[in-house]
Amino acid sequence: MSSVTAGTGRLVHPTNEAFADIRGEIEAEAAAHPTKKRLGVFFWICVSFIVLVAALATFANLLPLPNPDLGNYNSVQNGGPGWGHLLGTDDLYRDILSRLIYGARVSLVVGFGGALLGLILGGIPAMISAYRRGRVDTALNTGSYVLLAFPAIVAVIAIVSFWGHSMFKITLIIGVFGAPLIFRIVRASTLSYATRDFVLAAKALGASDTRILVRELLPNIMPTIVSFGLIVVATIIVLEGSLAFLGLSVQPPTPSWGNMLNEGSSLLTGAKGQTNFWLVIFPASAMFLLLFCLNVVADKLRTYFDVTEIKL
Amino acid sequence: MSTTVAGDGAAPPLLEVEGLNVSFATSRGPLHAVQDVSLSLAQGKTLGIVGESGSGKTVLSRAIMGLLPRASSTQTGSVRYHGQEILNAPNDELRKLWSTHIAMVFQDPMTSLNPVQRIGHQISEPLKVHLKLPRGEAKETALSLLMQVGIPSPVERYENYPAQLSGGMRQRVMIAIALACAPRLLLADEPTTGLDVTVQAQILDLLGKLQHDRDMAMILVTHDLGVVATRTDEIIVMYAGNVVERAPTKVLFKSMAMPYTEALLNSMPRIANPSHTRLSAIEGRPPDLLHAPAGCPFAPRCPYAQEKCTLEKPPLVEQAPGHSYACWYPLTAENRAAAVGV
Repeated sequence: MSSVTAGTGRLVHPTNEAFADIRGEIEAEAAAHPTKKRLGVFFWICVSFIVLVAALATFANLLPLPNPDLGNYNSVQNGGPGWGHLLGTDDLYRDILSRLIYGARVSLVVGFGGALLGLILGGIPAMISAYRRGRVDTALNTGSYVLLAFPAIVAVIAIVSFWGHSMFKITLIIGVFGAPLIFRIVRASTLSYATRDFVLAAKALGASDTRILVRELLPNIMPTIVSFGLIVVATIIVLEGSLAFLGLSVQPPTPSWGNMLNEGSSLLTGAKGQTNFWLVIFPASAMFLLLFCLNVVADKLRTYFDVTEIKL
Repeated sequence: MSTTVAGDGAAPPLLEVEGLNVSFATSRGPLHAVQDVSLSLAQGKTLGIVGESGSGKTVLSRAIMGLLPRASSTQTGSVRYHGQEILNAPNDELRKLWSTHIAMVFQDPMTSLNPVQRIGHQISEPLKVHLKLPRGEAKETALSLLMQVGIPSPVERYENYPAQLSGGMRQRVMIAIALACAPRLLLADEPTTGLDVTVQAQILDLLGKLQHDRDMAMILVTHDLGVVATRTDEIIVMYAGNVVERAPTKVLFKSMAMPYTEALLNSMPRIANPSHTRLSAIEGRPPDLLHAPAGCPFAPRCPYAQEKCTLEKPPLVEQAPGHSYACWYPLTAENRAAAVGV
């Protein structure tokens, strides 16, 4: 750059004294439009939180925590946060921090497990269907509409009340009901790439259908899958929470954030008229923070992978 | 009826197409995109296919390649590669030919490369799959291909994504990919349409050079007679899915018989003309292939058309050795004079 036009429109040579005046502007401009895309500190804070929750839940057994299902009868019933029990105790003398950490297992397993199952059941047929087209595509497409027409929560409640409440079954049911939604998203994004010339070019180079699906199409739709997948995880965690709040998820005494909220809400006002806020504020905040972080991560990843700006 | 591209008669034709018909099922009935096309091509020779948009050039080249969607198109006739019938052959069989025997350079370098894979990966992929080259050797070959197609600093480009390359560079990469497994026949479908005129010439010269080096046959599909004039051995002119004239390149430019060919040639700007010369366009539009006219498809736009032209379709007949055309009143001296008289 041999000369720079300053805000006033006058032409300033960079070696001039005047360059010093606008140097700040230029640097600010450069800082505002970094050439290299970054995920940002906020992204990493959110990732750390998700990792922290996952690590705590995984290694809960190794942590110096009281048993989440057993009462600590030498403590206060419905005791507020304090040194003995950092986040307080519930009406059965159980440690809330411990229940919170063990309860994260349910949310994480059902959330990620259900989303993964949905991706397998919905995503793989979606890619094949969008690539092959024809009658199978029409049939699967119609099928997905039919399944989507069901109010998922009602259907899930109905099945759960008949079939059982174990974490495995909940994951399975939610995964199956999440599949059609994932099917639609994956099919749509595969379809937009499957008709492009590079797919035909790959075919003309003798690539097999499997190869085209895995090596040509999958990398292109991966950003969509990852970011949408995380949003599905968040949605499923909310769904599990709702089920648990209704008492239809994993059964007590096994803790989950949803059933902690359920139990806490009925005991929110104590015998002496005090508010036992710790019974609900901690599981609710934990769920809020986890969902918030999942959404932030999904959104940042989507922007990061977005290639529109390098398309010519 | 089919003419072999001028060469030593002993060499068996590499590619033979006989009576190829392609039609697509549409909601308004069958659309005949390619009608009764025959051609043959010997090793190392170049065939130009010329015609305006919608004349069936791309469909013809894709039908030869076997890339048309099976579900929505009907293909009849015969396409033989080294005597082996490949029309309507199963994909598994074609896969053995694609890339190692027949390859294609696509029209649009902007969309024909996978946007999320590195250039190097896309070139070395067919080498690893078809030639079973180990990783290191595939990379070396890919780098040498990049060099052969004239890409500067191939080592850096190897790591680039398509979006980091210009259109001309991408088309060079496309050519490198098509040539990776040393095919015997290259189909170039308007390889320079999306490129600047200067880059066009470079790409065409590059194709010609590589073709010569490798003794490879090539079908050059284009709408530009100027492109094929110096680079082909034989030219096929297509109009509305029909071959309307076929001749060795020199013969065609010396004594073109079909008014459409002449019209194509006249619609090109010429340096020899004064700068204010009006460019003559071909009036009208190509016919609707769903309702093809009964007579000569070009008759409605032909300045020399007479009554017979609109009633009866002229057959493609070999009128002179190697030179066939489908026209009732070809551009001979007498006919031109008569047309002026009318």
